[in-house]
Amino acid sequence: MSDLLTVEDLRVRFHLDKGPVDAVRGVSFKMGREKLGIVGESGSGKSQTGRAILRLVPSPGEVTAKTLNFDGVDLSKASASQMRDIRGRRIGMVMQDPKFSLNPVMTVGAQIAEACRIHGGVSRAQAKKRTLDMLAAVRIRDPEAVYQRYPHQVSGGMGQRIMIAMMLAPNPDLLIADEPTSALDVTVQMQVLAILDDLVSQRGMGLILISHDLNLVASFCDRVLVMYGGRIVEECRARDLHQAKHPYTQGLLAALPRLDGPAGDLAVLTRDPAWLTA
Amino acid sequence: MSILKVSDLHVRFGNFHAVKGVNFAVKEGESFGIVGESGCGKTTVLRSLSGLISDWTGTIEVAGKAQSRKRGVAFAKLAQMVFQDPYGSLHPRHTVDRVLAEACAIHKLDDAENRIDRVLKAVGLGPNFRFRFPHQISGGQRQRVAIARALIVEPRILLLDEPTSALDVSVQAEILNLLRRLRAERGLTLILVTHNLAVVSNLCDRLVVMNAGRIVEELSVDALRRGEAKEPYSQQLIGASGDYDRQAADKLIMYE
Repeated sequence: MSDLLTVEDLRVRFHLDKGPVDAVRGVSFKMGREKLGIVGESGSGKSQTGRAILRLVPSPGEVTAKTLNFDGVDLSKASASQMRDIRGRRIGMVMQDPKFSLNPVMTVGAQIAEACRIHGGVSRAQAKKRTLDMLAAVRIRDPEAVYQRYPHQVSGGMGQRIMIAMMLAPNPDLLIADEPTSALDVTVQMQVLAILDDLVSQRGMGLILISHDLNLVASFCDRVLVMYGGRIVEECRARDLHQAKHPYTQGLLAALPRLDGPAGDLAVLTRDPAWLTA
Repeated sequence: MSILKVSDLHVRFGNFHAVKGVNFAVKEGESFGIVGESGCGKTTVLRSLSGLISDWTGTIEVAGKAQSRKRGVAFAKLAQMVFQDPYGSLHPRHTVDRVLAEACAIHKLDDAENRIDRVLKAVGLGPNFRFRFPHQISGGQRQRVAIARALIVEPRILLLDEPTSALDVSVQAEILNLLRRLRAERGLTLILVTHNLAVVSNLCDRLVVMNAGRIVEELSVDALRRGEAKEPYSQQLIGASGDYDRQAADKLIMYE
């Protein structure tokens, strides 16, 4: 599998008044056109890793990397205008909450059509047609009606599908999805994942799924990176996640209540300071 | 003997009929789960029980006494609520001590000093947490403070609205273990509202599944674990709570 994205020694440091805080401390991985999961708890650096790839870490954050190569382009050296070309057109990003990611004063259709026009260079009429196709592709039943609606008039699950439609309209090579389903009900979550799954297999898109949900990542992705304290502590095939070797991954799995698990106390994770350095 | 009995509960918000005739009873000391997807009315039921919503019809009986729409201090002594968001449910400019002392003052409890120490110990926080502000402690510690605030008046019922869904899995395990221990030590009755079936399976004895304002099914947690849910809606919900399955995703249907 040819490498779509190569990341080597990625670091994100925030220069705060109280001193520097290292959010990501030397992350390295390669991925092709596959489903890669990044799991970890809050503060593990998983979201900052996703943002750093698109150079979306806000000030006072500072991103450094030995290599940050996307399909032959060095993202760490790309100019602001080169990055604007890449963001959206070649690498899309879906955030957790559609309520904050959609423009509240534009209709859903106008927002997606804008993405098509800017990134696809198509006419208004073509953009509208493409928008309706995309809405249908994410299984929205009545695309014509939804096109006219404002974000507050759609449900959370539909909003997330609209976000995905908007990100997929320019046909990106890589999609970074940061907790795309954690605000959704389980049945809607399953449907949204199925849409992403099909798009990866049909279009040959790469997908980075950032999530805190180990079972979801184990059953959905091809490969998993487990992050703790800004570093990757374990990398494995998703289906082997339940045989994880690192005590942190094992601890997280044991702390997870299961529908068919034994009643009674759950195992509590004891953190070993050595995990931060080892 | 039921400590809590709800019959024919209806809640309307304007034209929206959120809860459409809900009936259930909970025994003293039982741990009871209310499960469903967003918008099914589960939180509305809990908020009606706690008196936070007053616009309901039907009967709510707590400890043998029919409750009116307006609840007094006596009710608060009987039932306390813990909310989903530990960041939003504590006053940002009050110390832990002040939050707990206020509850003692409202309920005219004597010996507040010792009570605060004891309750902090019971939820697994040392006395050194007493004079901290919410922003100085972690999310899991804040949820422990919220539980301590509910427990300090020594209620018989705890109403829990998604108490662990804002927390990391490792912290969730600690809070679930804490609730289980407190229930055993104090003979508490727990009413737990959640969308997470695994949490219900871990903490509850019995549950109801709600959809579109109605109870679809009532079953024991043992039956849930054995996969004996009878209604198609509950079966679909249980299936979707498990691992991702591409084929299963196509079979999902909307239930009204």
